[in-house]
Amino acid sequence: MIGLPYYLVVGSILFGIGAFGTVTRRNAIAVLLSVELMLNAANLNFLAFWRFLTPAAMEPHLFVLIGLTVAAAEAAIGLAIVLNVYREYGTVNLDQIAELRG
Amino acid sequence: MRPGVLIFWLLAVPMVACALLVITSRNPLRSALFLVAHMLLLAGMFLSLSAQYVAAVQVVVYAGAIMVLFVFVIMLLNLGGAQKMDAAGLGWALGIAMSLGLAALFVGTGVWKSGLHAGKATAKTLAQGGTAQAVGFALFDPELPWLFPFEVASIVLLMAAVGAIVLAKRKL
Amino acid sequence: MTIPNISFGPFDLVAVAPYVALGLMLATVLLAVPVLTWFERVTLGLIHDRLGPNRVGPRGLLQPIADGIKLFFKEDILPSNVDRRIFYLAPAISMMPPLVAAALIPLGDFRVDMGGGQTRPLTLVAADINVGILWVLGLASLQVYGLILGGWSSNNKYSLLGALRSSAQAISYELALSLGVLMAVLMSHSMSLVQIVQSQTGGIMHWNILGLFPFGLVAAGVYAIAAVAETNRAPFDLPEAESELVAGYQTEYSSMKFAIFFMSEYAAVVIGSCVAVVLWLGGWDPIHPVLGFIPGPLWFAGKVLLLIFAFVWVRSTLPRFRYDQLMRFGWMRLLPVALVALMLAAAMSAYRTDPSAGSRIPPKPEKPKPLMGGTQSL
Repeated sequence: MIGLPYYLVVGSILFGIGAFGTVTRRNAIAVLLSVELMLNAANLNFLAFWRFLTPAAMEPHLFVLIGLTVAAAEAAIGLAIVLNVYREYGTVNLDQIAELRG
Repeated sequence: MRPGVLIFWLLAVPMVACALLVITSRNPLRSALFLVAHMLLLAGMFLSLSAQYVAAVQVVVYAGAIMVLFVFVIMLLNLGGAQKMDAAGLGWALGIAMSLGLAALFVGTGVWKSGLHAGKATAKTLAQGGTAQAVGFALFDPELPWLFPFEVASIVLLMAAVGAIVLAKRKL
Repeated sequence: MTIPNISFGPFDLVAVAPYVALGLMLATVLLAVPVLTWFERVTLGLIHDRLGPNRVGPRGLLQPIADGIKLFFKEDILPSNVDRRIFYLAPAISMMPPLVAAALIPLGDFRVDMGGGQTRPLTLVAADINVGILWVLGLASLQVYGLILGGWSSNNKYSLLGALRSSAQAISYELALSLGVLMAVLMSHSMSLVQIVQSQTGGIMHWNILGLFPFGLVAAGVYAIAAVAETNRAPFDLPEAESELVAGYQTEYSSMKFAIFFMSEYAAVVIGSCVAVVLWLGGWDPIHPVLGFIPGPLWFAGKVLLLIFAFVWVRSTLPRFRYDQLMRFGWMRLLPVALVALMLAAAMSAYRTDPSAGSRIPPKPEKPKPLMGGTQSL
């Protein structure tokens, strides 16, 4: 029987992968994609806890739905910023966008 | 092997593989496509957790809207080619250490707190499970406090839409 | 309609019905392509007052087969500097969503005679899931990937422009499509395609297109326009506008890969028409209960054919939009109309629904136990 820990392990692995991508990738779009991976891992955990621990409560679904909304907003704003950065600097490499470094 | 177990592994293994490919592909478009595949598999896993409504929303919103936007921007900036854009040396080591630490922490906490074979949901409570109807009744019940966050979420979306237009449009 | 419970070896009719429905729908979607190309060309010929295909076979009926043979034996060209894997994957991706959506379309409702004077209801559908219409919307939004990837991987400026246009168009018109669908959900109180059809039983006056008059009509119109735009058919065929972009995203495709793009467009037309019939035209419901002796699936097929004819009719009548017109129409006409109609329809529906009378709204489930402030603990 597949129990709660299996889902938690999968969620943790996904979150770790996302965190790794966020830290190491220098392409702004790849970083945004990694953030989406972490959000997804969190959603998986919400639903796993709901299914195995509190099947009578609907709140996990609402958290996931509102998380989805925030992810959509974040993607729209993030991509608009990336678009502006590309117009300004001609690159989306986060290491080359360092004007304030002096 | 029981079908539930088989389905779990059939979903989980490709899902993690897709996630790895998302962060290792040099080509941003490939990354985005692997993320789409990952989202679809994740929707399958939501279904196996009997959260039908959220699974469908995952496909519509994530795979159908957000990822199309990503692919659109990647194509617009013509970032398709392979690009060597990674942190090296220390950053890489730090990344591995951090992600392994986080994963170990989460696994440890979850398994320790819940026990290896914790809580099995009964068929009765799951029958009304994650249907659109159940989610809707919970979301719009005036006696529950979720109506206000729902409205706030719509304001967040409106702000994001206006903000994105202001940011992306060269002249208003 | 009551039918006997025929048995096939160890299985009876009730057990095989989902597979029958799936087989019927898949055969329809795949066979629709040759039949529809012929139908479209004959109809276009009729409307343009010319002959149309008449060389191969009687009335040109074998023309699609000749075309198919031609496409099979064409050279399969791989342009230089393309992203080969994505180039191969794109036609397959564009063909996948209509085939998956075929499993959700309900074809008919029967009563099966189980023997001993007992009957039980049987719906001819492969998969009746309670968020069916959401899955259809999700699949519709996945179809755009085939076009985008095909155009992008071709490494050709016309293809890329076609792909950019198609993705922008799909995102824009998906909103209107969803709002139109939402109005049908509002009228039928369900997201399951089977229940949506069952809520419209009883002749044309009960169909959603006349429900909450006049908002059913408005919603059906919005859905129809958005569906034509989603399938990239004229007058919304800007991704492949031949006078501007050669052939848009499919410029570099040849042989069977081109044929699969072609097939996916027709398959999307068939699925779009089927969903429209389910949502607005009562599915398998006869136009008047008196005509109930004609089997439901025949009614369904007839309505779908009518809508497909409308697709062809629109193509032959209306000129293509300009790109800015397309965007302005989608965002500044269609979307506001759909939004206002949805709000008014919701108000009307709430006003009309009397909770004490026999309403169609399903009973409220057991109250969920709140997490916050409760005593639930890990």
